[in-house]
Amino acid sequence: MPTAIEIFKHLPKKNCGKCNYPTCLAFAMQLANSKAKLEDCPFVSEEGKAALAASSAPPIRLVRFGSGQRAIEMGDETEIYRHEKKFFHPTAFAVAVSDQLPKDEVRGRVEAIRSVRFERVGQTLGFDSIAVKDDSGDPSKFASAVEEAASACDLPLVLVSSSPERMKVAASKVAARRPLLYGADQRNLAEMASVARTLGCPMALTGAKDLNEMADLAAKAKATGLEDLVLDLGSKSLKDQLEGCSKVRKLSVKKLFRGLGYPILVDAGKGEEAVLKGMLAVMKYGSLVIFDDISEAQALPLFVLRQNIYTDPQVPIQVKPGLYPVNGAKEGAPILFTTNFSLTYFTVLADIEKSKVPAWLLVVDSEGLSVMTAFSAGKLTPEIVVKALESSAAKERSGSEVLVMPGMVSRMSGKLQELSGMRVVVGPKESSGIPKFLKNLS
Amino acid sequence: MTEVPVTKEKWTGKIGVVSLGATADEGGSRAKKLAIGGETGMPFLSYEGAMVNRPLIAGEVLDYLEELPEQVRKEFQADCEDPVTWAKAWISRGADLICLKLHSTNPEELDRSPEEAAQTVLKVLRAVDVPLIVYGSGHEEKDAKVMEVVSNAAPKERLLLGQAEESAYKSVSAAAMANDHSIISFANLDVNLSKQINILLIDFGTRKDRIVLDPLFAALGMGLEYSYSVMERIRLAALMGDSMLQVPLICDTTSAWKAKEASEELEGHDGLEERAVWWEATTGLAALVSGADVLIMRSPSSAGIVRRAIDGLSGGV
Ligand code: B12
Ligand code: SF4
Repeated sequence: MPTAIEIFKHLPKKNCGKCNYPTCLAFAMQLANSKAKLEDCPFVSEEGKAALAASSAPPIRLVRFGSGQRAIEMGDETEIYRHEKKFFHPTAFAVAVSDQLPKDEVRGRVEAIRSVRFERVGQTLGFDSIAVKDDSGDPSKFASAVEEAASACDLPLVLVSSSPERMKVAASKVAARRPLLYGADQRNLAEMASVARTLGCPMALTGAKDLNEMADLAAKAKATGLEDLVLDLGSKSLKDQLEGCSKVRKLSVKKLFRGLGYPILVDAGKGEEAVLKGMLAVMKYGSLVIFDDISEAQALPLFVLRQNIYTDPQVPIQVKPGLYPVNGAKEGAPILFTTNFSLTYFTVLADIEKSKVPAWLLVVDSEGLSVMTAFSAGKLTPEIVVKALESSAAKERSGSEVLVMPGMVSRMSGKLQELSGMRVVVGPKESSGIPKFLKNLS
Repeated sequence: MTEVPVTKEKWTGKIGVVSLGATADEGGSRAKKLAIGGETGMPFLSYEGAMVNRPLIAGEVLDYLEELPEQVRKEFQADCEDPVTWAKAWISRGADLICLKLHSTNPEELDRSPEEAAQTVLKVLRAVDVPLIVYGSGHEEKDAKVMEVVSNAAPKERLLLGQAEESAYKSVSAAAMANDHSIISFANLDVNLSKQINILLIDFGTRKDRIVLDPLFAALGMGLEYSYSVMERIRLAALMGDSMLQVPLICDTTSAWKAKEASEELEGHDGLEERAVWWEATTGLAALVSGADVLIMRSPSSAGIVRRAIDGLSGGV
């Protein structure tokens, strides 16, 4: 956002008060803090509006591809380090499918990619996009692979080709899905840009030998009227990738240099290095990663890294405190308590479910802290547990006399027994011990 | 042609260099010393500042196997039954140094004596010629005794001894100072507490170039994001001139093996072993990218991935 003084320059300076502020300067100050809208002044000139729109555009452009619920948003980041505020748009992961595969294999592969799904701390983790590659050089093969991939899943598509002709044939078939067209370089820029413009698709730039050339390419693409651009810096090593992405992010965010203010695509390839590139992209400024191949066992750590890095540093992921029946718990089933840090809650919940023993889970409000952290911070005390028992009417609803506590905080068992008037049983330290423990309890 | 402006940050601070191990000319018996630290920029950004010393990988060796996951046991087989063969196995798998954890001294478990533990340290020192990191069992009172005996048993070897915490730093750091060893200062995921423990150690007489900081690196999926950001903040503060934070950082990634995803089958997904290896490797990569100078690692397969990542990040050197 421009400063109040910069905004003020573009205001009519009538001090008429129509904007509900006494002076143009007062209005400019509100605008700079995003507390007012430019439309509230009826007298701003068209040039003024255009100038302000340009300078208030985000340092990294927000680029969307795909359509509907699964559309992917990239860019619009404002920080260099996540602790400064947060990272907003999680890195998207695409897996490639070659157009040289027979049709039914294209479908099979897309379905396999789509079916990689993990449930973790209440979120579903999986791949976000399919990249169809023009390996055959045959326009009808590429187009039919693209169509097949589109019909096999609802994920946004990346179309990978260096030929504007083949891109045009394939992209026209799925234009409504707003695919990302990947493959505009020095040689084909004009034609590729015309395909992207006609079909209304975002376009990825590639093949520049350094950042100067990339900025040149972006400027040329922009001159043709395309705004939704993505940059492939073509990094060969992990070092190139880290340094290239860091330079672009700092230039955009700190220097407001707009020539490279676009999301970054990492074409990771396959094997171990591809996984490392994907992880590096998650931590350091990559918006979209394309894998030629990646195993499920490599995908989960990658997904969890993204989940970790993109959580809001100010707010731990929490669940709602309260009393929850598990495995069809009824009258008389024991109550187990835990904290409302989502990692803790979901870990414990999964282990109670595994036991198949009916039980009540009391989630105590620890302000989103884990058991040990909450305990050392004084956010998990016998008093707080008793309050949670009372406010959820746990005793009445469960008809239970037994309260099971996390083994890690066994130190507070005596006091808790005294205050709650229940039979307090110290559970195992690790929640993985819960199934065995519950079976023995009943 | 567009001229892209240069984005070089001008840092005023510099991370101090700590050297690990001592060679014969200093009275030790290591083949060579290893240096860590010395950065003048954020991790691996060569255009911003030199990363003069490559981050190192220390292979974990335990003298009591209770905690060791079956999968890692399989990787080492019989070698892990004896700290000596285990340490050698690590060297042949490319570890830069060894981290020996004397868990057998824990009074709540085997309760081995400090003297016995010191013998283990000496045996390992004779078996390998790389520098050594030595931890006790995490039992405060016992560790104080163990570290004193270990320090005296290997007086000139420049061990890196773990660990000094705010609540208990005097005896451990006195043990380190007595024979000019180095010490790991530990703080719990907090920039100010990290600074605090370093101030305490230095006030107590520890030389700054004998301190390596462990800000607690939580494993992937277990709070990694907190650690990642605390590390970045410590490093930034150091580069901006906070001298009490200008020390190398050490991260223990072995806690990754406690994560559910690294230790249990997940319904409907195979590949537990490969996943577990990546779990520790991912934890290590995040530690490196946020500023680690030394990693303590458990699985040689994970360590292999991390070593290749270090190669790639340092431009193939
Ligand atoms: C991430 C983290 C933090 C994060 C907070 C994360 C969060 N949202 O809670 C931050 C950085 C904020 C933090 C701060 C602090 N932390 Co902290 N933190 C950790 C860390 C690294 C991981 C915690 C975690 O997420 N564990 C995973 C969850 C799932 O574990 P859990 O909730 O305990 O649940 C397990 C079991 O308890 C059990 N379980 C849970 N519920 C139930 C219920 C039943 C019935 C049963 C049977 C079992 C069971 O199952 C789960 C899986 O096994 C640990 C160290 C470690 N590696 O464990 C330290 C740790 C918990 N922290 C600690 C401390 C001291 C603190 C601070 C007080 C230090 C400080 N800097 O001031 C502060 C306090 C915070 C505050 N607000 O004031 C200490 C606690 C020491 C102790 N023994 O009491 C630890 C152990 C680190 C250490 N070794 O010193 N911390
Ligand atoms: S309405 Fe426009 S011209 Fe009038 S005071 Fe507000 S900003 Fe100035």
